[in-house]
Amino acid sequence: MLLFIEQILNGLQLGVTLFLMSAGLTLVFGIMQVINLAHGSFYMIGAYVAATVTALSGSFLLGLAVALPATAVIGMLVEAIVLRRLYKKEHVDQVLATFGLIMFFNELTRIIWGRQPLFMDVPSWLSGSVELIPGIPYPSYRIAVIGVGLLVALFLYLMFTRTRIGMQIRAGASNREMAGALGINIRLLYTLVFGLGTLLAGLAGVMAGPILAVEAGMGESILILTFVVIVIGGIGSVRGAFIGALLVGMVDTLGRAFLPALFRMFLSSAHADGVAASVASMSIYILMAIILIWRPQGLLPAHS
Amino acid sequence: MKKLLVVLVVFGMFVPNVLLAVEPVKIGMVTTLSTKAGYLGEDVRDGFKLAIAQEDGMLGGVPVELLVEDDGRDPGKAKQIADRFVKRDNVKIMTGIIFSNVALAVVPKVVRGEVLYISPNAGPSDLAGKGCNENYFNVAYQNDNLDEVVGKYVSDSGFKNVYLLAPNYPAGKDHLAGFKRYYTGKISGEVYTKLGQSDYAAEISALRAAKPDAVFFFLPGGMGINFIKQYSQAGLNKTIPVFGPAFSFDERLLGAVGAAAKGVKNGSQWTHDLDNPANKQFVEAFRAAYDRTPTLYASQGYEAARLIGSALKSVGGDVTKFDQLRAAVRKADFESVRGQFAFTTNQHPVQNLYIREVVEDGKGGYTNQTLKAVFTSHGNAYVDDCKMQ
Repeated sequence: MLLFIEQILNGLQLGVTLFLMSAGLTLVFGIMQVINLAHGSFYMIGAYVAATVTALSGSFLLGLAVALPATAVIGMLVEAIVLRRLYKKEHVDQVLATFGLIMFFNELTRIIWGRQPLFMDVPSWLSGSVELIPGIPYPSYRIAVIGVGLLVALFLYLMFTRTRIGMQIRAGASNREMAGALGINIRLLYTLVFGLGTLLAGLAGVMAGPILAVEAGMGESILILTFVVIVIGGIGSVRGAFIGALLVGMVDTLGRAFLPALFRMFLSSAHADGVAASVASMSIYILMAIILIWRPQGLLPAHS
Repeated sequence: MKKLLVVLVVFGMFVPNVLLAVEPVKIGMVTTLSTKAGYLGEDVRDGFKLAIAQEDGMLGGVPVELLVEDDGRDPGKAKQIADRFVKRDNVKIMTGIIFSNVALAVVPKVVRGEVLYISPNAGPSDLAGKGCNENYFNVAYQNDNLDEVVGKYVSDSGFKNVYLLAPNYPAGKDHLAGFKRYYTGKISGEVYTKLGQSDYAAEISALRAAKPDAVFFFLPGGMGINFIKQYSQAGLNKTIPVFGPAFSFDERLLGAVGAAAKGVKNGSQWTHDLDNPANKQFVEAFRAAYDRTPTLYASQGYEAARLIGSALKSVGGDVTKFDQLRAAVRKADFESVRGQFAFTTNQHPVQNLYIREVVEDGKGGYTNQTLKAVFTSHGNAYVDDCKMQ
């Protein structure tokens, strides 16, 4: 039972990280109609900048404070220089161009930082573990990740429902021309939305830095999961991304954790491990297929 | 006067060529320089180049030209490059491949013709056993070696209930099989994770619940960094010791893992602190040339170059004497940075295998320290499967 609760926490933590990534991607996809494959690159940039600043200054918070505006600014520059030309183009062109951006950023990080992965540690004040429930020591840093993710979710919810800019973004999403005619600067709005999206990806990268290897190409491994999340949640919907991210995080973690034991009940041990590993890696795609059969638009589509 | 000048210039262009009529021997290196794993190929290449630089562009007194191409870890691309080396550049000696799946795609075809392939890293069981070939040599190790040494050490140290972890792909299973060959205790759990997985929280929780007395893992590259960091953050490194082959603990990865790897014992065929003159000379020269401590991959690249040098010397640089060249490689008459070195009948190393420990290097970083040789003059498990005897 204790193990089960611990695995639920693990699933929550993975889900929350995925949410930070997918919130930005779904905004850009849903509002600007751009498929941005390079979203993972901003995750990587966030991690690299934070790792570098943390190593130089010794302060994780300073690393965070530099990395967030840095990814947002780089994101807005990319929007202004590259993506702005792609809004009216086919999705294939966007995929090609943003795939090119992935290669560009991966090679750029290799040129600047070299081929070997960077080091980034958990800040000392978060390095211990906490017993949330007696008997389960859980790393404080992972609890902090869960906390930050939930705060961001709350912030986005309030921003979209309670503020003027949130209203403008929603207006721009449902009818671009009409919103423009009513005096909203759509061009500026898109740049801001894109900056917000990349900032969230950068935040996810900074949070992942101490747990994962900070290396060129680290964004691609999480990008696929992120796309699964926004498809499950409904493209363009931040609420959908939240539900989808938690679902994917849970299914992936619980599958990896408990499928081997399940398969061992009716297969020989050596065989069960291999089969369970394969089924566990398929589990989120099976989940996606089931959800799409049931609700082809995703769980909470933006324009329903 | 003008004519004279032209004649002089033309001669000026030709004279050096006439004097240097000896064409350098071309060596084709197909290796992985891009992708996340690019640093492996970089180290093999730099080790190889160091040997050439130490002889001012020669190996074994014979001028050589090293052709380096990046395979991007893609077997198809590697095949094309190898094809081009053989057909266009007329290369007789090839080396460089890092990954076993790439080697399996390239090597069998290359060695069918009159080409020697000297592997500086990948050592899949196929090429050591049924698929062995007289033109294929591995100067680094058979893949299972670094797991075998850990299996033996873990057993000898009295661990009786070990938890195993590897990615779900053929090499993952091979490496665990290598461990099990010399490990005599019980296996508490055997988990195969997704290739390229980044979050290991679920596996670590399950591992803690299984209460093993040690963990053995094979997770190359970034996967290993992720696992070790998360394992130590969960506080488990204080209670359940971790063991693995050297692939997750080379000097360049240690920089990214940091304190989380401290005290971890891992298996290797070479470490920069091995006490022999050839090694001291190599480590010093490598540090001077590249300003970093060589990894095992760098030593393997260097050894490949020196082995090729010894063979070139014995044929006086004439690679058309192909059979003599091959016989000279088989003799392995070079001063190895591993102290002693010889080939088995299936042309893989006979060498000592060591257990080493990750320690602080006194400059704020981490490095490896050799603890002891667990196997001396160790060959590989596939000698009998190979038709060459």
